[in-house]
Amino acid sequence: MGSAIDIVERCGVPRFYFVDFPLGNPCGKPYDDAMQFDIVNAALRLFTSAEAPRTVEVDPHHWGSDAWRQRYMAIKPEDRERMLRLGEERRRERQHLREIGQVREG
Amino acid sequence: MSNTQPVQYMDRTRRYYEAQGFDRAYQWAQCDDVPFTSLAKPLSESRLVVITTGARYDRQQSDPRYVDSGDIQDLPERLFADDLAWDKDATHMEDLNSYLPIKPLQTLVTTGVLGDLAPRFHCLPTEYSQRRTREADAPEVLKRCREDGADVALLVPL
Repeated sequence: MGSAIDIVERCGVPRFYFVDFPLGNPCGKPYDDAMQFDIVNAALRLFTSAEAPRTVEVDPHHWGSDAWRQRYMAIKPEDRERMLRLGEERRRERQHLREIGQVREG
Repeated sequence: MSNTQPVQYMDRTRRYYEAQGFDRAYQWAQCDDVPFTSLAKPLSESRLVVITTGARYDRQQSDPRYVDSGDIQDLPERLFADDLAWDKDATHMEDLNSYLPIKPLQTLVTTGVLGDLAPRFHCLPTEYSQRRTREADAPEVLKRCREDGADVALLVPL
């Protein structure tokens, strides 16, 4: 079960219960026990109802707003410079880790 | 009118890293042949294991990531994933059951829908290297699932 349907469908899984929420809470809104139970209960039904790989079922719950959809990883024109600096920092850090050998073997 | 379509995360991520000056786009995993197995026994007699991409400690971006397991009888208050990309503006990870649903699953065991839960949940690290996931981490998680006698696995990526 999860929320990034494009990534999961590209990868391909036997069964996917799609919860269209912001990434982070694929089992329901925080502290909403009833919603979490409904979602997990419905997700488990896919174990027996699916008959072929790539079976997808869409959860009917709604997050409550849709503003997050456009906001996630959005790049504003005024952020361009900051984004490039951030990228430079990441590349420098990665290079440093490589040099000191702090990368996982294998 | 606000957009209500599912977010296209691959496009969004590509554009985000392009804006940071990375010239090589990440290649997401793609399996042409997707496995499928029907349940060997009813869900009400099956043992379920939960697999998450969260971690039991607050990892740094630069920390190497390894497969880890936790005891479902001694659950942490929360897991951590500040080193991963998820919607940190829209939500948070303070409620464990919103991403590691042990409590609702235990209710489903009590009501007889599900047989029982494996004694451990597993933390599968997300890796840039697909080979590492395929050849090292996934086999390690599978080994642990089998050690615990799990019949079915519920993967819950953040």
